[in-house]
Amino acid sequence: MAAMRSTASRLLANRAFLLVCLVATNVAMIVLAVLLISIFWQGAETLSWKFITNFASRKPAEAGILAPLMGSVWVCSICGLVALPLGVGTAIYLEEFSKRTRFTRIVQTNIMNLAGVPSIVYGILGLTAFARMFGVFGTNVDDAITLGDEESLFFLRLPFGSSVLAGGLTLMLVILPVVIISTQEALRAVPSSLRSGAFALGATRWQTVWGITLPAAIPGIMTGAILAMSRAIGESAPLLVLGGLLLVFNTPENLMSDFAILPLQIYNWASRPQDEFHAIAASAIIVQLGVLFLFNGIAVFIRQKLQKPLQ
Amino acid sequence: MSTIEPKTSHAPASAAPNEMAVTVRGFSSWYGDFQALKGLELDIPARQITAFIGPSGCGKSTFLRWINRMNDTIPSARAEGTLDLHGVDLLSRSLDVVDLRRRVGMVFQKPNPFPKSIYDNVAFGPRLHRTYSRAELDQLVEQSLRAASIWNEVKDRLHSSALGLSGGQQQRLCIARAIAVGPEILLMDEPCSALDPKSTLAIEELIEGLADRYTIVIVTHNMQQAARVSDQTAFFFEGRLIEAGATEMIWNKPKNKQTEDYITGRFG
Repeated sequence: MAAMRSTASRLLANRAFLLVCLVATNVAMIVLAVLLISIFWQGAETLSWKFITNFASRKPAEAGILAPLMGSVWVCSICGLVALPLGVGTAIYLEEFSKRTRFTRIVQTNIMNLAGVPSIVYGILGLTAFARMFGVFGTNVDDAITLGDEESLFFLRLPFGSSVLAGGLTLMLVILPVVIISTQEALRAVPSSLRSGAFALGATRWQTVWGITLPAAIPGIMTGAILAMSRAIGESAPLLVLGGLLLVFNTPENLMSDFAILPLQIYNWASRPQDEFHAIAASAIIVQLGVLFLFNGIAVFIRQKLQKPLQ
Repeated sequence: MSTIEPKTSHAPASAAPNEMAVTVRGFSSWYGDFQALKGLELDIPARQITAFIGPSGCGKSTFLRWINRMNDTIPSARAEGTLDLHGVDLLSRSLDVVDLRRRVGMVFQKPNPFPKSIYDNVAFGPRLHRTYSRAELDQLVEQSLRAASIWNEVKDRLHSSALGLSGGQQQRLCIARAIAVGPEILLMDEPCSALDPKSTLAIEELIEGLADRYTIVIVTHNMQQAARVSDQTAFFFEGRLIEAGATEMIWNKPKNKQTEDYITGRFG
């Protein structure tokens, strides 16, 4: 028989492990706190209503972020509205409908790999597929096919060029694998006894998914969506590839409008030599955090709303 | 064990004594290469309680899951032979499985209420098959909950979560849920194995009451339960149906040595 381990040494190991965990937690918290405090220190002073409602300017005192703010909101909204249905649909097919064949295994492996592709690669894909549409409509901008009035909300142009729609769809490519994988995880976490219960009552596969599995998986799906949207808001590389998105002096009016985005504006100001620009870069970061909280707040709201039936 | 008195049949006198709900002839089934059931011959009488007993892995649950084709969800499962429900071939490829499961309800080993309100749990099944007016549905939910003897406990909190109920209440809710779609047969796969003795008693009383209207097939590991509740007993062993007949007969004078050994607790 093995010798008894002394209670004292086991308690010591317990304490040591707790300490390691506390240090790990605190390192993350402190770094985040330092970051936030230094940004608010630098940027709070220049953050004003005028800063939010003004367009870009050569003079830091008059510069504002209205164009990149609205650009980010438009692009991320398009991204989320397209990525969620596509991603959740794909995950439902893979988890609930498809048989485990060689084809679905290949699809599954590819999705895993796509989640790790550098976002700039998606930028190039977006440029080719959405902005230029593989050149099938010609390469000259003036050759573009237009649908509707240029001033109207429903104006469309083929190819999309460097528009909010092209930007939103490009970002959608970046977050789609994340949405699919997190939705799959959420569906897998639903106990199979619930599916059996529904099938035994005569539910079809679709009725089971819609009535039982999906509602039970909503919290997990929305958590995945929050992480994915946070990533989309912060992405700049794929949109940089779409080109020329800094000097924009209007907010998007329709899907074909030019746009700027917050991360690129922040980078632009932060990389200038003057301290005044560093200050407004910090202010822009505060605004960006605000947008992030706004989108996450919407996702949390939807999650609460859909869970409501049970007190 | 000698204190257990096998119950006498409580099939109503009006029911035709020989009416069979399920007819099984030369029935075998496989999971891949493994043969789970070997040449079953069995008649399950209508509006009576039939208990399947036998040691773990003997195939009784597998057989139960063929009657409502739940085995369809297992890709490697296949079956041969005759399995008829009131003359309908249950193994036919063209069988409407959705309609079959409306006619054959199932209650599982572990209570599995949906994470919804008590009302929505019961209303889920009926809503799958057709649309109801609010009043019709209210009435159906109440009837089903009454039939499962749980109405009085939940009538004041129909719209709170089913997950807040105790295990025994959850299982009776699952029975109400199965009844709500209007089945002819209720399959119960060890419905009391996750419950305490008091809840078990409540479910057993409920099952006996339901036998006036429904054909009930119950898989159980609890010998006393089989003796207390069932009219017919079928003993399964290693994929074969060793003996089947009136519960009193099986209990008092089993024809087969294996049956006797199992019932008297010498193995299993």
